[in-house]
Amino acid sequence: MRSTGWGRYPAIETTSYWPATHGALARTLIDLQTPTIARGMGRSYGDASLADHLLIMTRLDQFIAFDAERGELRCGAGVTLAACLELTVPRGWFLPVLPGTGMVTVGGAIAADVHGKNHHHDGSFSEFVEDFEMMLADGSRLTCSRHAHAELFQATAGGMGLTGVILAARLRLKAITSSYIEERMVAADHLDAALALLDEHAAMPYVVAWIDVNQRGAAQGRALIMLGAHAAEGGLRARARRALTVPFDLPAGLLGRSSATAFNALYFHLGARRTVARHVHYAQYFFPLDALQQWNRLYGGRGFLQHQCVIPPDSAPQALREMLSTVASSGLASPLAVLKAFGPGNDNLLSFARAGLTLTMDFAMDAATLALFARLDDIVVAYGGRIYLAKDACMAQSTFRRGYPEWENFQALRERYGASARFASLQSRRLGL
Amino acid sequence: MQRILIVGATSAIAEACARLYATRGARLHLLARDAERLALIGRDLEVRGAAAVSSGLCDFAQPFDAEALLADARDALGGLDVVLLAHGVLPSQQVCEQDVRRLREAFEINTLSTLVLLTHLANMLQAQGQGTIAVIGSVAGDRGRQSNYVYGATKAALEVFLAGLRNRLAKHGVQVVTLKPGFVDTPMTAAFKKGLLWATPDTIAAGIARAIERQRDVVYLPWFWRPVMGVIRAIPERVFKRLSL
Repeated sequence: MRSTGWGRYPAIETTSYWPATHGALARTLIDLQTPTIARGMGRSYGDASLADHLLIMTRLDQFIAFDAERGELRCGAGVTLAACLELTVPRGWFLPVLPGTGMVTVGGAIAADVHGKNHHHDGSFSEFVEDFEMMLADGSRLTCSRHAHAELFQATAGGMGLTGVILAARLRLKAITSSYIEERMVAADHLDAALALLDEHAAMPYVVAWIDVNQRGAAQGRALIMLGAHAAEGGLRARARRALTVPFDLPAGLLGRSSATAFNALYFHLGARRTVARHVHYAQYFFPLDALQQWNRLYGGRGFLQHQCVIPPDSAPQALREMLSTVASSGLASPLAVLKAFGPGNDNLLSFARAGLTLTMDFAMDAATLALFARLDDIVVAYGGRIYLAKDACMAQSTFRRGYPEWENFQALRERYGASARFASLQSRRLGL
Repeated sequence: MQRILIVGATSAIAEACARLYATRGARLHLLARDAERLALIGRDLEVRGAAAVSSGLCDFAQPFDAEALLADARDALGGLDVVLLAHGVLPSQQVCEQDVRRLREAFEINTLSTLVLLTHLANMLQAQGQGTIAVIGSVAGDRGRQSNYVYGATKAALEVFLAGLRNRLAKHGVQVVTLKPGFVDTPMTAAFKKGLLWATPDTIAAGIARAIERQRDVVYLPWFWRPVMGVIRAIPERVFKRLSL
């Protein structure tokens, strides 16, 4: 079977297993003589969930317990965040950290230690994971928390599935009184204004900026700052919206430079006029792209790459300017780019989010795309930043090692748990893990 | 509160159906082969809102006591409102062409076990004077094609049996629903290349619940398979036999 990540680059032939029980998973792990990697909904963009043999975890998508008094949910690793919300929202509980799609599994969210629009207040997904159960290379099971097997917890949260297979997790939820978000937008005409606004509004729970990366000169870095907070009213509806599906690959040039530039200009001017607060449902606010299933087909059959980095606070503005200039002069365009200020990072060995600014850009796969990414990566390294493993499809081993100085401890721990020989992805091999 | 028995409860379509009924607060009794999986699913259904979940083990590749299985189910639920027969295998056509043991096994599991269960269920529900029996057939049973006529034949036999049963039970207040899903993206079909005609188990499950609610007779899932199969059935055999389907 041909498999890819969400960006549909690279593509490889794979053999997949769909374990339906922990017993079946253990048997598969023991029978398989070659390395393998767990995969959930396949929403990591590059090659993090690709290997010759894949353990697809989506059948282990059962809830285990929901304590609606204390706000605690236990579920299998294959449950999606969207499914969690459908269960908990009507009872007044919310997931404290949400990435840009609800179509990721709990196991995947832990393995990539995903972050959301509230990272500057609440940190990343693993902060709210009380414990998780995992399967080690020999098929044995272990429960990890900050108190029990803490080392393994810190390596596995953010560890991209390279320490073992996450089976189930216990999540701490956040109380809400409404399933709606109050959203407000503020326009910034250039990068400095955008950065000042991100700072000024840092007290808001949810802060993220859409940024027009195709502007040069005085308008470089013009942005719309989107501010959000949970509404107090509106009811507790976990409305499952009917989603449209992109039925086939669109022509590759459709999201090319001219259309992306036009889209960005239109989006900026429409957004800049919309300063009045909107009352929007959480699904629309957090997962706008989930309304269009398989939107990755919009980029055509060759797929696309997403570049997401974080740069430490002091050097971030300069690094961003260089990256924006590099993009503008490359002749490539990103129809979707996002800027956000992170809060402090955590102690996990490979978790991505740390204090600084994170910039995210999508580019259609093209002959020049990989070259652009190499230039962007050089800037990231020069300013002491790192690339998000959940998005990465092409960074160099040296870029990884500079960005994630704990990689040696991570490797040593994998050795101790017998994981090095049993769990590997295309990405881990490329990065020398 | 509906009392629902699901046979083959660990299949992807059956699990999706069970989740739908659980969120509506139904009582559920589940039958399947895999005890570990049944335990996972049972707990999940309780979290989703099922009033009660019980289960039993059965393996239709082996001799089984249908009467005892069904009596246990009825006792656990306190009566039967809806019975969904969802068990089945998708045998390899090529293997069945060479090995009649595999052919027999496919008929044992997909056909004979279903007919045996239906025979006892018919008597139970007729005595009860109410209830719905829904059985998962397949569009593959509508016409034999070289690529999967063994599977198709195992499901086609159900069609005639169910039609007769529907005819018999109609006057006793018991509804018989024949469900014919098309291509469904499940572990059973994991090896197939997926295209536009494929549906998710959730879509199929919603269609099944709707068909049961509306007391339908024969339902294609999704609906577009009815005209598609209408066309396929209308092709004269002397033409059809030359097609590579």
